[in-house]
Amino acid sequence: MKPTALERWAPWLAVVVLLVVWEAICRGFQVSEFIFPAPTAIMQAMIQFAGPIRMHAWQTFWTTMIGFGLGVLVGLLLGLIIGSSRFMYRACYPLLVGFNSIPKVAFVPVLVVWFGIGTVPAILTAFLICFFPIVVNVATGLATLEPEMEDVLRVLGAKRLDVLLKVGLPRSLPYFFASLKVAITLAFVGTVVSETVASNLGIGYLMMSAGASMRMPLVFAGLIVISVMAMAMYELFAWLERRMTGWAHRGQQGSA
Amino acid sequence: MSASPSAVVGQPFIDFDRVALAYSPSSGNAIEDISLTIHEGEFVAFVGPSGCGKSTFMKLCTGLKRPTAGTVHVDGQAVTGPLKIVGMAFQNATLLPWRTTLHNVLLPLEIVQPYRSRFRREKAAFAERARQLLAKVGLKGYEHKYPWELSGGMQQRASICRALVHQPRLLMLDEPFAALDAFTREELWCMLRDIWAEQRFTVVLVTHDLREATFLADTVYVMSTHPGRILEQRSIELPRPRDLEITYTEEFIDLVHQLRARIGRIRKTETPQ
Ligand SMILES: Nc1ncnc2c1ncn2[C@@H]1O[C@H](COP(=O)(O)OP(=O)(O)OP(=O)(O)O)[C@@H](O)[C@H]1O
Ligand SMILES: [Mg+2]
Repeated sequence: MKPTALERWAPWLAVVVLLVVWEAICRGFQVSEFIFPAPTAIMQAMIQFAGPIRMHAWQTFWTTMIGFGLGVLVGLLLGLIIGSSRFMYRACYPLLVGFNSIPKVAFVPVLVVWFGIGTVPAILTAFLICFFPIVVNVATGLATLEPEMEDVLRVLGAKRLDVLLKVGLPRSLPYFFASLKVAITLAFVGTVVSETVASNLGIGYLMMSAGASMRMPLVFAGLIVISVMAMAMYELFAWLERRMTGWAHRGQQGSA
Repeated sequence: MSASPSAVVGQPFIDFDRVALAYSPSSGNAIEDISLTIHEGEFVAFVGPSGCGKSTFMKLCTGLKRPTAGTVHVDGQAVTGPLKIVGMAFQNATLLPWRTTLHNVLLPLEIVQPYRSRFRREKAAFAERARQLLAKVGLKGYEHKYPWELSGGMQQRASICRALVHQPRLLMLDEPFAALDAFTREELWCMLRDIWAEQRFTVVLVTHDLREATFLADTVYVMSTHPGRILEQRSIELPRPRDLEITYTEEFIDLVHQLRARIGRIRKTETPQ
């Protein structure tokens, strides 16, 4: 079923309503700009500091993308290793879960000791926080291969690599792309967290220093810039997912 | 073309010698004391109650599992690993949803030698072959559809095409028609009968349907459960080519009855314990 015109515009409508209510509350109750700035004040800050914001946003963006890229590489590799061998799955999975339950912020001080303040800890935090969902999804996609399918291939003389390339990998693609959406938003979280405590560049740092000098509209401007970037990347990967693995979704529709 | 197994002479194609298999050391034998021979070109069917070890027999036969006792020989050679020449189809079609029907059928040719190394160069010829096979099972015009665009029966046909495209000497079918309605099932019996009559590969068919076994096979093996043993080997001497009409003859119905009685006895003697 196609969404109606109203449905399609609904998200934008919600944004507009939110902004109007927000503005009305700030004006109506005369909330101080130092506590909770109104949308118009944030807008003003954005225009006024457009240059620095752009510079810091760019820094955060590429830092995140490098961390994310590393996360995809490592996540895919680990997922392949763990997912294609029962032994490795058993051996490594608990370790990974344990690792994942550590709050990644706790790593930042360690990373700072190792690499100093700056971009490297931010990249690594983004990487650490985002590779886990990729590993889990790729491993799950591979490990849930139907045994019959594997039998069909093995009695044709297929090697493990054949099974992986012909069936395992394509089958885990939907899982992989689904995890990318989650991973990219997490990567932004990692970068910004690290920038707030251990950098003098990036949106995280911008917000930190603006907060310290009580420029709340600029802090909020930073928040909005991050969420827009993260959302745009999320949408990009959601689109990519639909493009690359449409069969998975259509297949579900067909059999449901 | 008479095909009673006694008419086929020479070395057996498949030879089981007192084979047993236990899935784990603690569990009992899933099947035991299986001794039988199957000749090249023979069509055999295995029937028996659920859990009697029919699928286990298939795994032993194709080398997917090694026996814990006894030996399996296929084509004169001891089986030590997956056979590499076998076509297989199961109750669920296991088609790959990201490949079109045609490319699903082509899959074995991307894996089995000697097709594998020629695949790139002769892709057009191979595709033509797959198309002809699909046309033979009534899937002309569906080559470029995805599996989810096909009905269950059509998926099953495609799956059987996939099992046959590399012209295997051995075709293993594990309840391939079990999920289908009666009409489609009988239609696919005839399809299988015709393809087999034409190419004469060896077929091992596992089924719950005694009419199916009797209609298609040269030899029917009845298995018992706990542990799985072969209870009876029954030659079906009905003349070939067999028409569906034959399933309504007295001779046919008698045969089915006798097999049914054999399985019924297994049930009766085993439930009290
Ligand atoms: N992978 C396995 N691990 C352990 N036991 C198994 C395994 N597969 C089958 N078995 C056991 O072996 C016995 C025979 O199973 P099998 O699958 O061969 O039966 P079947 O005749 O094919 O049954 P059905 O007609 O229901 O398919 C059963 O008792 C089953 O519990
Ligand atoms: Mg079975």
